[in-house]
Amino acid sequence: MTAYIIRRLWQSIPTLLGVVLLVFVLFNWIGGDPAYLLAGKMSNPEQIENIRRQLGVDQPYYVQLWIFITQIATGDFGASWATNEKVSAIFASRLGPSLTVLVPMLIISTLMAMAMAMLVAYARGSLTDRVVMISCTVGQSISILVYIIVFQYVFAFQLGWFPVQGWGHDFLVNLLKFSALPILVGVVVSLAPDTRLYRSFFLDEINQDYVRTARAKGMSEARVMWVHVLRNAAIPIVTHVLIQLPALLAGAFLIERFFSIPGIGREVLLAVERSDFPVIKAVTIYVAVATLAANLLADILYKAIDPRVQLK
Amino acid sequence: MLAWHRLCRDRVGLVSLAVVTGYALVVIMAVCGWIAQDWSREVGVNYAPPVFVGVDSSPLEKPSASVPEVTALPDDTGIADPLADVIAEIKKGMPLAQAKEARVQTLPLGGDKWGRDVLKKTIKGTETSLIVGLLSALLAVAIGTLLGAQAGYYGGRVDDFLNWFYSIFTSIPYLLLVLAIAAVLNQKGTLTVILILGLTGWTGIFRLVRAEYLKHRTREYVLAADAIGASNTQRMFMHIFPNVSHVVLVQLSLHVVLFIKSEVILSFLGFGVGVDTVSWGSMLSEAQSELILGKWWQLVSATVAMAVLVTAFSLFADALRDALDPRLK
Repeated sequence: MTAYIIRRLWQSIPTLLGVVLLVFVLFNWIGGDPAYLLAGKMSNPEQIENIRRQLGVDQPYYVQLWIFITQIATGDFGASWATNEKVSAIFASRLGPSLTVLVPMLIISTLMAMAMAMLVAYARGSLTDRVVMISCTVGQSISILVYIIVFQYVFAFQLGWFPVQGWGHDFLVNLLKFSALPILVGVVVSLAPDTRLYRSFFLDEINQDYVRTARAKGMSEARVMWVHVLRNAAIPIVTHVLIQLPALLAGAFLIERFFSIPGIGREVLLAVERSDFPVIKAVTIYVAVATLAANLLADILYKAIDPRVQLK
Repeated sequence: MLAWHRLCRDRVGLVSLAVVTGYALVVIMAVCGWIAQDWSREVGVNYAPPVFVGVDSSPLEKPSASVPEVTALPDDTGIADPLADVIAEIKKGMPLAQAKEARVQTLPLGGDKWGRDVLKKTIKGTETSLIVGLLSALLAVAIGTLLGAQAGYYGGRVDDFLNWFYSIFTSIPYLLLVLAIAAVLNQKGTLTVILILGLTGWTGIFRLVRAEYLKHRTREYVLAADAIGASNTQRMFMHIFPNVSHVVLVQLSLHVVLFIKSEVILSFLGFGVGVDTVSWGSMLSEAQSELILGKWWQLVSATVAMAVLVTAFSLFADALRDALDPRLK
């Protein structure tokens, strides 16, 4: 197991270097000269030269690349171009709100999708199955934007059950009052695709031989489903959830933007709008690292749940 | 041909194919300029309600039947207006009919903030979405198939290099990558959106095509093709590709759906198509502020049009997959 982990970490280094290279090419080369952006409308050549020297873009490319790599190694990406706040400080303060919304959302949506999928897999082929599947397809085709707009309008604006937007200071207040509607929207949006996916996992298991054996032995259908099928179908489900985690780090930025939640996703959107390269670069690198780590974790967990799996 | 017969027997697939074809016809008509060409003309009063709702009689909506006459200010400054000639030229060029025409009270599906016809905007939005979706899907499939074929067929170092390339792109979440590229390019427009979506969405197709080519390259017919002297490229694309095309076709339709949804989100955030092109995303962004005033028609129009198209396309993609590669359900 240790050898496997070390080998995987060793293999992920080229990928990480590749991501660094991609981000560098994108932002330092294609992205062009940021000095004009930062100098503002009226600027003289000296100012622009000064800014270039400060940012280090007047150096040749390999020097810039080395600077970038040292930045990543030390975790110091400089300061945001728009607000001059240190990028690491931005992340530290924004991670909390993001996780307050996203972790409950992930847990609730996974549990609900699993329950629905098990129900539908149990009643496969029947009218219930088909109705649920069709409504999942239709539900998936409505854009998330519409869900957010309509939910905000109906539940917050008209009915007044939740605040329309905002964030507080106290953790419990944030969790219960301000996160409620965002979590609800997130759960509803991810329910449809997750149910379809988990249903296919459950159906794969139900068609296996051991289920037939269990039934032949006289086990009740409930026990077959809850004890045997669930345990085997949990493996791909857990893998799927773990792989979704890094995408969460990028934040559900639409939800954060609409509900004015000061999270990482909203920072990313602001940075893209303002062409704030340090923030975008930092987020991309962090999320890439998190994705590689999550993939490794998913594989290790896979082995832990299912001892038959051979990790190479 | 066998696949076509199987598809015909699937009623859901046929209905969704009919819907998609209907949308495609509308788009072709819009592209040719037969309908909705004048979507940007402000023909209605601001926030004109739909025909079936009736005229809005609130005082805010009093129509101004004609543009009020602008009387020339008395010229007592003694300074000649340096721009007078230029303005006179411009006024001559402006369509006079628009200034004098009375604004209608209701429109078929309502009007937006400036009185533009929502029906025509929806049709134009359909054109944008379908064109962007199709072209970017074609680009992504082309890139994914080419690279996947190389990786699967040749194996070895080519495969290693392309896998490294693939893992870079999949380490970054899809929308984050799209936003990062949009931030760097900093340029709106349909072509930019197509390029962005196409250059980031090829990864799924790459993996599938590579797996298929790995499976096929050791088959007998490929060895036979080698025996008759077919080159590597010929073997890849003349012999193996037709046997792999069913995977590619299904992925194409699935990616069209994905890219339509991504384009709507991008246009909503302002990184998508330009200001002079209407998209469902821009309609939704306008709809957000309109909803507070109680004007729901733009939101419903865009949502229904998009939902129907995406559902039909998804169902069609599922039916296509079942027809081309039937397995026990």
